[in-house]
Amino acid sequence: MRYHQVIVVGGGLAGLRAALELNKRNVKVAVVSKVHPLRSHSVEAQGGINAPLGNHPRGSHDSPELHAFDTVKGSDYLADQKSALRLTEDASERVREMEHWGVPFSRTTDGKIAQRPFGGAGFPRTCFASDKTGHVLLHTLYEQCVKYEQASERGEMVVYDEQIVTGLIVDDGVCHGVIVWDFQTGEIDVIKSEAVIFATGGAGRIFGKTTNALISTGLGMAIPYWAGIPIKDLEFVQFHPTTLFGTNILMTEGARGEGGFLLNNEGDRFLANYDDSSKAMEVAPRDIVARNMTREIMEGRGFEDEYLHLDLRHLGRDKILERLPGIRDLAMKFVHVDPIEAPVPVQPGMHYTMGGIDTNELGASRVPGFYAAGECGSVSVHGANRLGGNSMLETIVYGAIAGDSAAQYVLDGASGKTPDDTIFEDARKRELSRLDGMFTGAGEENPADIKDELEETMNRKCWVFREEKTLQEGIEKVEELLERYQNITLNSTGLRVNFDLLWALELGGNLAMAEVMIKGAARRKESRGSQFRTDFPTRDDDNWLHHTLAYYTNDGPRFDSSEVDLSIWEPKERKY
Amino acid sequence: MSEVSFKIFRFDPEKDKKPYTAEFTVPTKSGMTVLDGLYYIQEHIDGSLAFRSSCRAGVCGSCAMHINGTYRLACETQISALNTKTVKIRPMAHLPVTKDLFVDMDPFWEKYKHIKPYLIPGDEPGEIERLQTPDERAHLDTIIDCILCGACFASCTVNNYDDEYLGPAALLKAQRFFSDSRDAAREERMELVDGEHGVWRCHTIFNCQEVCPKDIDVTGSIAVLKRHLTADRFSPSLKKH
Repeated sequence: MRYHQVIVVGGGLAGLRAALELNKRNVKVAVVSKVHPLRSHSVEAQGGINAPLGNHPRGSHDSPELHAFDTVKGSDYLADQKSALRLTEDASERVREMEHWGVPFSRTTDGKIAQRPFGGAGFPRTCFASDKTGHVLLHTLYEQCVKYEQASERGEMVVYDEQIVTGLIVDDGVCHGVIVWDFQTGEIDVIKSEAVIFATGGAGRIFGKTTNALISTGLGMAIPYWAGIPIKDLEFVQFHPTTLFGTNILMTEGARGEGGFLLNNEGDRFLANYDDSSKAMEVAPRDIVARNMTREIMEGRGFEDEYLHLDLRHLGRDKILERLPGIRDLAMKFVHVDPIEAPVPVQPGMHYTMGGIDTNELGASRVPGFYAAGECGSVSVHGANRLGGNSMLETIVYGAIAGDSAAQYVLDGASGKTPDDTIFEDARKRELSRLDGMFTGAGEENPADIKDELEETMNRKCWVFREEKTLQEGIEKVEELLERYQNITLNSTGLRVNFDLLWALELGGNLAMAEVMIKGAARRKESRGSQFRTDFPTRDDDNWLHHTLAYYTNDGPRFDSSEVDLSIWEPKERKY
Repeated sequence: MSEVSFKIFRFDPEKDKKPYTAEFTVPTKSGMTVLDGLYYIQEHIDGSLAFRSSCRAGVCGSCAMHINGTYRLACETQISALNTKTVKIRPMAHLPVTKDLFVDMDPFWEKYKHIKPYLIPGDEPGEIERLQTPDERAHLDTIIDCILCGACFASCTVNNYDDEYLGPAALLKAQRFFSDSRDAAREERMELVDGEHGVWRCHTIFNCQEVCPKDIDVTGSIAVLKRHLTADRFSPSLKKH
């Protein structure tokens, strides 16, 4: 049995940033990541990270207050306002710290961090490194972790890669560690700790059409959910307007920020024809652009009834090569289109889960010793719709805050309880027998079939436009799949390098989170931010201006609600 | 629907006496990648097949492997582009096989860590960002695109006879910091890449440059380090010219 003062689960931006904060506070930390940290989904983020630096002439008057207001308005007033303000108050310091650590940001002519326009902000606020911002941020944070790992003689900073957390140890309402499956050796072990921070990313792979990495499943949210921690606002799913037709690989919002056009099959910049996007056009917020694109396609003005054109040709070769080389490369490799010469086929695709593990403004859950940060958590700063450029910002701001909170908890003596060692050994044995049970199931179901059907169900029934009838059909199907999951059989046994088992576990997490998501969507009878109900097409503050909370029970999620912090700005109609 | 045959290196050191090749028939469709084919096999034919993947978009570096004669990322290699009915796949060379196409990357990461792969600035940061002109920043272009997939490492013939050779990816990372106007540890890092297992082992065969999925001039980057070290040794006479 291993012991570390704090365990961070997940090696993406939020997890590594949390680990660095713990290290700064002299708390011994282990990062446990199911892939090598550099393979985390954060590496795919492209367009940039918001901060009110004021480096762009058009944004020189920017401030944390303006940035926070844009964030709250973008969230359709479901964000917790003090959390959103903390996000933007810390933004400049955190982004500059990343630069100090070595991030090769693109630069202004006077050598400062360059900023570009993104949706939902009136002027350029998004810091970037061409269109590979997530890649350079993640590599830089990992480099800092290597530095402290090398510098530490007593294991103050340890990174365990390709070790998979399969369960939490919660005793008498307090979190004391995790159960870990070492993928390479097949060993099931327990890591004891004073605190655990989950930074496991989003759950995009519930859907088939998603920009998310294959590893971005619901398991990271499901583990705390099964342990009794509620999931907040999961019905709010961001559909990114521009994902590559066929694979749904991301084409950054930066492409539109730099001046790219969206065109229908008549060659028309159709966003001008809709009230909510006619002014901001291509840099209207994502929920609005994704809806209007979907309308165009549904009304027959798409190509092959599936996609629209993202046209960058007028930006010119030099600008595309300087600012958007990564998406050019992706378009050439995956659809054989060079954006310098031809428009890129794009369609909206699932991109981000605004909701997640319920935490307070310090990243703490209601279970002492358990914290969450980044996309798997919900602070909540994104509410019903996240602005582009705010997700990476959340990872480093709230990664640091969660790390700091956990450090303080540990330094204050944690829970003061020391559970008996038998609790850990019992948990380990139970997990071993649960996993063994998955090899000896009597059923005939192939988990891959269930996965395919789940993805198709969510694509069709819980997409950009939602209504009661199709949501109920989706719920029935998800319930059926949950039943069938009880009868899966794995054709590969043993715990060593077993992808059959790994993907089956991930599927279990996906099913649990799909149920929370689609039932939450059916329950919320209004349209707000990313959730658009054709049968309830307007926002209903009287009845629905609150967070959704979902608690695990044996009979499916039990729903409740919690208050939104509205202490700074009064909700208004959201117009652009 | 057409089909291709996947011929895949299989080896589980805990079960198999020696490696063997397994053959699978995979139905194909337009746009299908080698990674899609591997998943078809893993999900529908043989669940025990082991291979890494994550982003499926050519940016995370998980799925470098030897595919029909060269190292590539399985996720961005479309089967149709191979122009063949047989897809032959081997794991990356110079790294111990853990299972099938899943290799132990630790030796690769140890070399990466050896060159102190982090910014070592010469001053304390101020209130705002360190300034760097667009020209200075341009020196980092393409080098920073490295996704550490290991394709260059696997393709490098020097690794055949020198296990301790730092290899192209680690040397490229050294050049990334060497070229950064904000870094102050040029000489310190130069010492780490000098010596018999460092830059001098590179025989300028260009394999690393050829296989790089990000089209980085890896060989050229190693040459930059060599030139710097050489110039130092010839100084001061060379520096006059």
